[in-house]
Amino acid sequence: MEELSLHILDIAMNSIRAGATEIAVEVTEDRARNLLAFAVRDNGCGMTEEQLAQIHDPFFTTRDTRRVGLGIPLLKQTAEQAGGGLAVTSSPGQGTAVEARFELDHVDRPPLGDIAATVWTLVVTNADVEFEYRHTIDGACFEVGTAELKQTLATRSLGKPRVAGALLKYLRERERRLAEGRDAS
Amino acid sequence: MKLEDLRKMVEKMPGEELPEGGARYTVVVGMGTCGIAAGAREVLAAIIDELEGLGITDVIVTQCGCRGLCEREPLVAVTAADGEELVYADMTPERAREVVASHVGRDEPVGAYTLDAGELP
Ligand SMILES: Nc1ncnc2c1ncn2[C@@H]1O[C@H](COP(=O)(O)OP(=O)(O)OP(=O)(O)O)[C@@H](O)[C@H]1O
Ligand code: FES
Ligand SMILES: [Mg+2]
Repeated sequence: MEELSLHILDIAMNSIRAGATEIAVEVTEDRARNLLAFAVRDNGCGMTEEQLAQIHDPFFTTRDTRRVGLGIPLLKQTAEQAGGGLAVTSSPGQGTAVEARFELDHVDRPPLGDIAATVWTLVVTNADVEFEYRHTIDGACFEVGTAELKQTLATRSLGKPRVAGALLKYLRERERRLAEGRDAS
Repeated sequence: MKLEDLRKMVEKMPGEELPEGGARYTVVVGMGTCGIAAGAREVLAAIIDELEGLGITDVIVTQCGCRGLCEREPLVAVTAADGEELVYADMTPERAREVVASHVGRDEPVGAYTLDAGELP
């Protein structure tokens, strides 16, 4: 995958498949610590210790459409190649947290890419799931959540084409301002 | 743009309630790992942008996981209200726009990109 934001989408899709109703996505960039980290936390079905022990093995999957699971091994490899690593914690019935770390300036670190499109994709195609998203760059932060969005926009579904279109523009602009260091709120 | 500006943008939009009988079509984009790696996110964005541009509001767009046909991703399924489903393979943003305009917009499926029955595992 060419962008870390695509990994984030993929990892969050695992959470959806695990039946999560609440998913938090957090991205942190910190130049002083030469760190880019992201975390996806969910309240899905979780994994047993036995499942967790196998999760980095591409031949472990609970899917039935294909016999190998690639998402987590791919991300682990990408993180390790960029001076970082992957940590997965989970407990059955409670949920799962997947945390990936990368050296910010590592030559083999893929760019974060279009994170606004990733958040938007999750939100508009999973009407029944509540998302919290937070992106911090050197202390400045952009935060948004679907509960707040639905309330402010007085809609139950953020996936209707026109609402979704406006939402993508909003997320892209907020991300651009954050990256330019112009976002205080 | 502040959240308040987004609210104003959305407020001006005409209501988008689904018609009585439910959505005319449901469009489902495959968002498994290989779908995502092959460009499913951009395909989804093109589909919603095209629907918005054509002013089509009686359609639901959603995602599904992997359907087990990695080499033909991104996959997009279009299901009519009567349950009839057609699956489009090897989607690009441009092709997905074509599918939306023709199949969803004019009820004319695009034969060139559809999977044959039996191609899905
Ligand atoms: N958030 C999660 N909650 C519960 N189980 C999970 C979660 N993430 C991963 N798993 C378990 O780990 C397995 C491996 O995940 P991985 O993403 O590597 O592959 P996959 O999702 O099965 O297939 P692919 O990602 O290649 O489409 C999954 O099949 C699932 O059983
Ligand atoms: S993600 Fe592999 S076939 Fe769809
Ligand atoms: Mg996966």
